[in-house]
Amino acid sequence: MGHTLAEKILLSRSEADSLAPGDVVMVRCDVVMTNDISGPIAFRTMREMGVEKVFDPAKVVLIPDHFVPAKDVRSAELQKVLKEWAAEQGVVFYDQGRGGIEHAVLVEDGWVVPGSVVAGGDSHTCTLGALGAFGTGLGSTDVAACLAFGEFWQAVPGTIRVEFSGEKGRFVTGKDLILAVIAQIGVDGGTDHVLEFVGPGAEALSIDERLAVANLAVEAGSETGIFPADDRTAAYLEGRTDRPWTAERSDPDAEFARSVRIELDSLPPLIALPHSPGNVVALAEAVGRRIDQVYIGNCSNGTLTDLRQAAEILRGKQVHPRTRAIVVPATQKIWRAALAEGLLDVFAAAGCIVSTPTCGACFGGGNGILAAGENALATTNRNFKGRMGSPEAGVYLGNAWVAAAAAVAGEIVDPAEVL
Amino acid sequence: MQLGGNAVVIRERNVDTDVLYPGPFLSIQDVNQMKQPLFEGLNPALRDELVGDTVLIVGENFGTGSSREHVPQAMKASGIRCVVGKSFARIFYRNCINLGMPVVVCPGAAEAASPGSRIRIDTEAGTVEVDGKRFEAKPIPAFMHDMLSSGGLVEWARVRSGAVG
Repeated sequence: MGHTLAEKILLSRSEADSLAPGDVVMVRCDVVMTNDISGPIAFRTMREMGVEKVFDPAKVVLIPDHFVPAKDVRSAELQKVLKEWAAEQGVVFYDQGRGGIEHAVLVEDGWVVPGSVVAGGDSHTCTLGALGAFGTGLGSTDVAACLAFGEFWQAVPGTIRVEFSGEKGRFVTGKDLILAVIAQIGVDGGTDHVLEFVGPGAEALSIDERLAVANLAVEAGSETGIFPADDRTAAYLEGRTDRPWTAERSDPDAEFARSVRIELDSLPPLIALPHSPGNVVALAEAVGRRIDQVYIGNCSNGTLTDLRQAAEILRGKQVHPRTRAIVVPATQKIWRAALAEGLLDVFAAAGCIVSTPTCGACFGGGNGILAAGENALATTNRNFKGRMGSPEAGVYLGNAWVAAAAAVAGEIVDPAEVL
Repeated sequence: MQLGGNAVVIRERNVDTDVLYPGPFLSIQDVNQMKQPLFEGLNPALRDELVGDTVLIVGENFGTGSSREHVPQAMKASGIRCVVGKSFARIFYRNCINLGMPVVVCPGAAEAASPGSRIRIDTEAGTVEVDGKRFEAKPIPAFMHDMLSSGGLVEWARVRSGAVG
């Protein structure tokens, strides 16, 4: 019996000679990443484990991004701990103004290659599957063990094969593809499983759009989501990394737990209504909902591709008087690229707030919190009750075209009507 | 392991970590202080039910969402000895095991329990008792059971690092 891509990666990073879903193995990390929330607890816990130094400083990356820039003394203390601990341990540290949102930084800076294993102290570490890596989101005690020993325990997941067939239409992006998957299998449909994204519709996606797809794999409960590496992956990695890698895919006789097919030819832009990423409807069903805040950013949709889509809508237009719009490029490099292309000026001229990279309002940390009764349309990945502020607020999830169009119209609208 | 307590019940499906422990409180690092915002976005009154040893009874896909360990840290510090439910989200499940707090999948017991029910769990036998009525639980895999028995990932790691023999 052959192996799935996820099984092959876990085999290559464990002592096991063979493995099957349900087996528990220790998995070696190529990179261990943590941030200003999961990090300080993990550092303290590593010491409780009787370990003073990380397993390999060159494989440990610290990125403050959640409460960045510090919104109060308590969050400033966390960032101080991170910076001091990085210096003490000699690990890699992306200071504020030099990095951005952790997953986007790891991808753009060549830390992630196909077949690698990255353990991150954040649930959206699954984003790294866009490049064919096994990115796994862990809590602080798990991260502590990874810092200490470079390993985590893993029950081998089954694999759900997700095939995107056909060709997606205008104003449909990677965000819509993954929302369609979550709508089909449910917010716990991927529990104990990896989503493997294949088919012509997957191959046609740019890396930026694959990031959005992989990012929301966790919103289906999955261990992670993976795209097999291909020519686009290779082209993206060219010049970004000198880490060796080979393109692996699932064996033809690999056993999948199940298969899911999403037909792109008929897929419209989608919206996840409050208060669940699984509460998915066609854009047309959500048209007319009043929007008080548009938020374009986060680890799923703060890429240059997303900013270009939003700018195409907003160029020469104004944000609706009843709405405020916040644009948050995911990294400092994306911010500068958007500046060089003139995108930031398009946003500013339209009346948007242009922010420094941060997780910020996505998780209610700051930088765009919602009041009771307000509605937001966000390109983020979670719209749980109270996620972006008041529990009496509503968050609608959508792609960057749809978000920018809502900023102009002050309500949810088909982007074709605004452009 | 044998453990027990009085039931505190959360029936909803897909209870996410944001309502269990909202984002703004993630800057808290002290475990005792984490108890204060537990269940803040769901039902703050539930905190008053956490008296003595308790067992949290939950529905399907409990703990979905974020990797924030503040949730099980706050639960453990508040006297929750074990979580019994219909099913669990993966990172929440891992975090509980790592903290040495058993997570037991037992839909029958989760259905039968009501607030204040006397719950007894035997992780070796794989059973959960609700007011004396016994239910079969899904077996805890050996690796996770060993980790729970050793007290969690920190204790497990202390053996590995040589901090304890």
